[in-house]
Amino acid sequence: MLDKNGIAKRIAREVKDGYYVNLGIGIPTLVANYIPAGMNVVLQSENGLLGMGPFPFEGEEDPDLINAGKQTITTVPGSVFFDSAMSFGMIRAGKVDLTILGAMEVSETGDIANWKIPGKMVKGMGGAMDLVAAARNIIVAMQHVNKAGESKLLPQCSLPLTGIRCVKKIVTELAVVEVLPQGGFKLLERAPGISTQQVINATAGKLIVEGDIPEMNLN
Amino acid sequence: MNKVVANAEAAIHDIKDNMTLMVGGFGLCGIPENCISALVKKNVKGLVCISNNAGVDDFGLGLLLQNKQIRKMISSYVGENAEFERQMLSGELEVDLIPQGTLATRCLAAGYGMPAVFTPAGVGTEVAIGKEVRNFNGKDYLLEMAFDADFALVKAWKGDAHGNLIFHETARNFNPLMAMAGKITVAEVEELVPVGQLDPDMIHTPGIYIHRIFQGAGYEKRIEQRTVRSR
Repeated sequence: MLDKNGIAKRIAREVKDGYYVNLGIGIPTLVANYIPAGMNVVLQSENGLLGMGPFPFEGEEDPDLINAGKQTITTVPGSVFFDSAMSFGMIRAGKVDLTILGAMEVSETGDIANWKIPGKMVKGMGGAMDLVAAARNIIVAMQHVNKAGESKLLPQCSLPLTGIRCVKKIVTELAVVEVLPQGGFKLLERAPGISTQQVINATAGKLIVEGDIPEMNLN
Repeated sequence: MNKVVANAEAAIHDIKDNMTLMVGGFGLCGIPENCISALVKKNVKGLVCISNNAGVDDFGLGLLLQNKQIRKMISSYVGENAEFERQMLSGELEVDLIPQGTLATRCLAAGYGMPAVFTPAGVGTEVAIGKEVRNFNGKDYLLEMAFDADFALVKAWKGDAHGNLIFHETARNFNPLMAMAGKITVAEVEELVPVGQLDPDMIHTPGIYIHRIFQGAGYEKRIEQRTVRSR
């Protein structure tokens, strides 16, 4: 079973040289730590920055320089600032190659819910609806089951939707799953020490298992 | 072309109860601190505020919320504010949550003289309820209307008497968009410089959009999430 850093490490393998990548809050933010040195990747922060760098050293925090999670950050050489309209303009126009975000639920047709639990949690969608409506390649980083032990990979989402038919791949502590265009979760890889049966048991939506499922390569 | 006013009180003197205000900033980054303080002092009520976030409990728009001056918030994310949540759940505060890119683009449309835009954000979700859906080239889009705001309150890094503005780093965010979109736009700046000193190639917002500008004072620039790495 993977921890949060393990999930981030596996997702980092989906990042290709030359990509512009938007990382959501939570596990997706950790992905930046595992992008191989020397790979040309530019991180987009939707509050208006291309070329996001690591957190600043203590004492060097700049209140004018934050990421979409409102955390203090730095820039890397070649970075650029822009306004929020241009930021979502480049997202809508499909210029961002890969979007990685968290989710509360994903359906077997690629619908995603991650912004609201009626009566409990209403924080807002932020930029998530714009990102999932437009990005060409969306990977979800999340736990396979919720704290109550219920699967988050469902036939249909029960929570208010963030977007429809948009998630392409899911990486959880148990598995890597592809969402097929015609619907269904296709099991691609198992996490180290996890059996195919354990993934089947933790998946409520239609899980497609074909042949022997390889264990993830995290290196 | 001298748009300079003495201070925030002078700049917002004619903001009245029940007006609609755009307020720049992302979280607490790039918010018009001086104008917000002046609004608290003026104690205007029933405001409709268009702003990406609602501040924190004791800073930013949170100050207006504490003082019960806001009737309705139009925002994309309001997660850092307990008083906001309390007022929303009790029904004291009306809240319209909209996608962040939609918020930005509805400002942009207003500033560009366009009544509406089509965006894919929110298709198939509760955001789409009651909105026209149009299919272009096989994909659905929602019709979203340009904002109509009485005032826009923005914060810039540098500005001149013409109202030309330059923003700094990610404190730019919604500020240039809202600057273009207010019927009256007030800009507060960290540094008011003589006309001619700003390089025309480097100006982000042309002064034509700005009605009043003043030298801000006493900026706190609070950090919401202080994150550092070890040396």
